[in-house]
Amino acid sequence: MAKYLLLKHYRGAPAPVNDVPMDQWSPDEVEAHMTFMSDFAARLVSSGEFIDGQAVSPDGAWVRHDGEGRPPVTDGPFAETKDLIAGWMVIDVDTYERAIELAGELSAAPGAGGKPIHEWLEVRPFMELPPNFGQ
Amino acid sequence: MTDEVELRQLVPRVLSVLVRRGADFAAAEDAVQEALIRALSAWGNHPPTDPTAWLITVAWRAFLDMARADASRRDRELLLDSEPPIGVVPSTDDTLRLYFLCAHPDLTSSSAVALTLRAVGGLTTRQIAQAYLVPERTMGQRISRAKRTVSEAGLDRPGDARTVMRVLYLVFNEGYSGDIDLAAEAIRLTRQLADLIDDPEVLGLLSLMLLHHARRRSRTRPDRSLVPLADQDRSLWDTALIAEGIEIVRRALSRDRLGEYQAQAAIAALHADAPRVEETDWVQIVEWYDELLRLTDSPVVRLNRAVAVGEADGAPAGLMALGQVQPDIPRRQAVAAYLHERNGDLELAARLYVDAARDAPNLAERDHLTRQAAQLNERLRAFGEPGSPPSS
Repeated sequence: MAKYLLLKHYRGAPAPVNDVPMDQWSPDEVEAHMTFMSDFAARLVSSGEFIDGQAVSPDGAWVRHDGEGRPPVTDGPFAETKDLIAGWMVIDVDTYERAIELAGELSAAPGAGGKPIHEWLEVRPFMELPPNFGQ
Repeated sequence: MTDEVELRQLVPRVLSVLVRRGADFAAAEDAVQEALIRALSAWGNHPPTDPTAWLITVAWRAFLDMARADASRRDRELLLDSEPPIGVVPSTDDTLRLYFLCAHPDLTSSSAVALTLRAVGGLTTRQIAQAYLVPERTMGQRISRAKRTVSEAGLDRPGDARTVMRVLYLVFNEGYSGDIDLAAEAIRLTRQLADLIDDPEVLGLLSLMLLHHARRRSRTRPDRSLVPLADQDRSLWDTALIAEGIEIVRRALSRDRLGEYQAQAAIAALHADAPRVEETDWVQIVEWYDELLRLTDSPVVRLNRAVAVGEADGAPAGLMALGQVQPDIPRRQAVAAYLHERNGDLELAARLYVDAARDAPNLAERDHLTRQAAQLNERLRAFGEPGSPPSS
């Protein structure tokens, strides 16, 4: 079993095939998209492969340490930042091929015109635990 | 307090009896879990004189209750009131069949692992979920599906000793040890299997587990960083476990039916038997790797063999052996880095450690490889500056 992070981007990913921003969709199309997403997660729970799924706001701040006894410095958001994470799903699956299969299905979420978005998702393996039959 | 591990040892027998009385496997398994929970709260310091009989009675009643609730939900009459007499003696064959069932070839390995831990090991869904860092609901679904698969596939084509050993190997090897020590659980289940089946490979697997488990305290520092075998404090090794592991693999090998677990155990025994790393019998270890290669033809074995050849015949020979390992094998870069370091090519070794760290499959290994790279780079800097003393 291995855990994978399926990453969805606001920006930074290559353009999807059905590239219409969500605010241009009809309300029914938005609704259909939301239903698809929650059905997808529910299906993974029942197949015993779901770990977590979250969406994050596009607005964020950059933070860094600013020296002993001083409050952290915040800045941003920076408009020029190329990569912006929109959300993720964490799955626990038997094979890499299964992770790719699921990411492919998730990428088919319906968008404008009720057609699949064909959105690019990033698939990243988690670091494993060290095996007991190691050193 | 009732000892939970002792209690869980009774699980396979109780479950077998319920299945033999005609209970559906999935429902019987739920009923046994229910009986276990009741036993833990009811027994306290005073377990019944015949704990197995108690569990069978309570589990059977739980099964009947569930079946009745099911039947009334479906608004159907079922004749379930005839309670068979207790005292059906479970046979070892039944327990063995349970192992085979949970390692059914239709199950994915993760499902087989989860089902074995629950139905044979008696662990709760929550404990299994914690061990694999998976939400309890997800693990519950994984186990339910596995039970359905097994029930539907039926008993005509269960797993065999090989699939069971594979499952137990995975239980030992993987998983986060929180509340439950999965390695100890794997050893317990493999011991039980060795009592049920006459197969030197099962003994080989048990020996392999014992010999690795014996070294667990020396394998990591308190901060969880890895200690390579050569640097381990051998006074921390569990000598009783090592003695037992060596005795078991000797017994297995004397049967003259060599298999891959026995060969791996033989290698582990040669490591465990060396009082100091310098006394390791690398020549014999290479011979065992040759045997293992004949049995498996596995690229991972070929890689480990290259390390052993490097120790037995020197780094150049090790590098020659490494040349026969295909390039995309995990940890190949790490082995290459080590052999080049031993061969005195520190610059190349440092670069390879960096590559190996980038591709490391887990954090502990990545940290270890990063440290190796940093140490070599520091030495190289010290050599590079004229007049500065070489670092030790």
